[in-house]
Amino acid sequence: MKKDGLEHKIPGTTIFDGTQARKGYALNKMCFSFNSAENRAEFKADEDAYCAKYALNAQQREAIRNRNVLQLIAAGGNIYYLAKFGGIFGLDVQDVGAQQTGMTKDAFKAKLLAAGR
Amino acid sequence: MAKIVGCITTTHVPSIGGAIAKNLQHDPYWSPFFDGFTPVHAWLKKVKPDVAVVIYNDHGLNFFLDKMPTFAVGAAAQYRHADEGWGIPIVPPFKGDLDLSWQIINTLVEKEFDIVTCQEMLVDHAFTIPMSLLYPGGESPPLRTVPICVNTVQFPIPSARRCYKLGEAIGSAIESWDSDARVVVLGTGGLSHQLDGERAGFMNKPFDLQFIDSLISQPDWATQYSSTELVELVGSQGVELLNWLAARATMSGKVRKVHSNYHIPISNTASGLMAIEPAH
Repeated sequence: MKKDGLEHKIPGTTIFDGTQARKGYALNKMCFSFNSAENRAEFKADEDAYCAKYALNAQQREAIRNRNVLQLIAAGGNIYYLAKFGGIFGLDVQDVGAQQTGMTKDAFKAKLLAAGR
Repeated sequence: MAKIVGCITTTHVPSIGGAIAKNLQHDPYWSPFFDGFTPVHAWLKKVKPDVAVVIYNDHGLNFFLDKMPTFAVGAAAQYRHADEGWGIPIVPPFKGDLDLSWQIINTLVEKEFDIVTCQEMLVDHAFTIPMSLLYPGGESPPLRTVPICVNTVQFPIPSARRCYKLGEAIGSAIESWDSDARVVVLGTGGLSHQLDGERAGFMNKPFDLQFIDSLISQPDWATQYSSTELVELVGSQGVELLNWLAARATMSGKVRKVHSNYHIPISNTASGLMAIEPAH
């Protein structure tokens, strides 16, 4: 087995490692809280107050405001916790995939189908 | 001594839970996936396992980044599912098997695996969906369970080689358990998929098919890859194949394939299913 170099870059991929986990802790902690319906309701009622409660930094707050998944990942977000944020707006993983790849949802679904051929 | 009757590896995509709740099993999108389970249902009726050891990864229900164990073993009398945030139905609780939990815990520590033990543990879709697929009908499955959680969320994740050795150690724990129980080992997740980044939607059919074949012909084949190489080959979330590898490694003797199915796509994922039993 080759030595596992985390410096090895894979295009279009951010490995969720210690660097990302440190950067994104507050953001991921807020998103983890969305397992609770009460917390989802509290976020919807006052987004600013909820983000302040979790001490999001400016980059994370902006990415949440923009509902932008690539920005959320750049701010340290992990996709499994971000999915709970997406769930608040009824977004599924095809919506999230389409947004990140700059495609329509239909075009993204066609791409998924094509992977089977 | 207890007996491993076989091993089942399957995808655990959350939207399967939604499809079950809406009775979409015969829908054209879903049937190539659900139909794959029919031969496995027949096999389960024949081999009648008493306990399932379920090797899976938690996605932020029981574990958060505040405490992230590399390997965690459940030691509870009951395991509950709960709200995961994005709306799949919550299923009834699962029975634990405390004797087997502690047999596995004791053996793993003796074999130098520094695991976390959990006397309280919520189980997420990666545990509940495979149970719903194998025992459809909505009621609690008629067997006891031991959940074993592998970190595939935060790097460094355990290597394929390490997961394989974990599986071997779990297998020896089961086979040296003083019980007449019949045990099935489940490995859940995969196969290739990536949810995050500009590479979202990535799948790798040739690799997946080779991996499925390798589980019969050369089960440690995938241990040649580093974790980063696996991300490149199967996508960021495709690394869940580590759970397949660990489950397969619990079977030490010669094996034969009972059934396999592979279908693209289920949601953003290349779905896979495989059942293996000892070859006599």
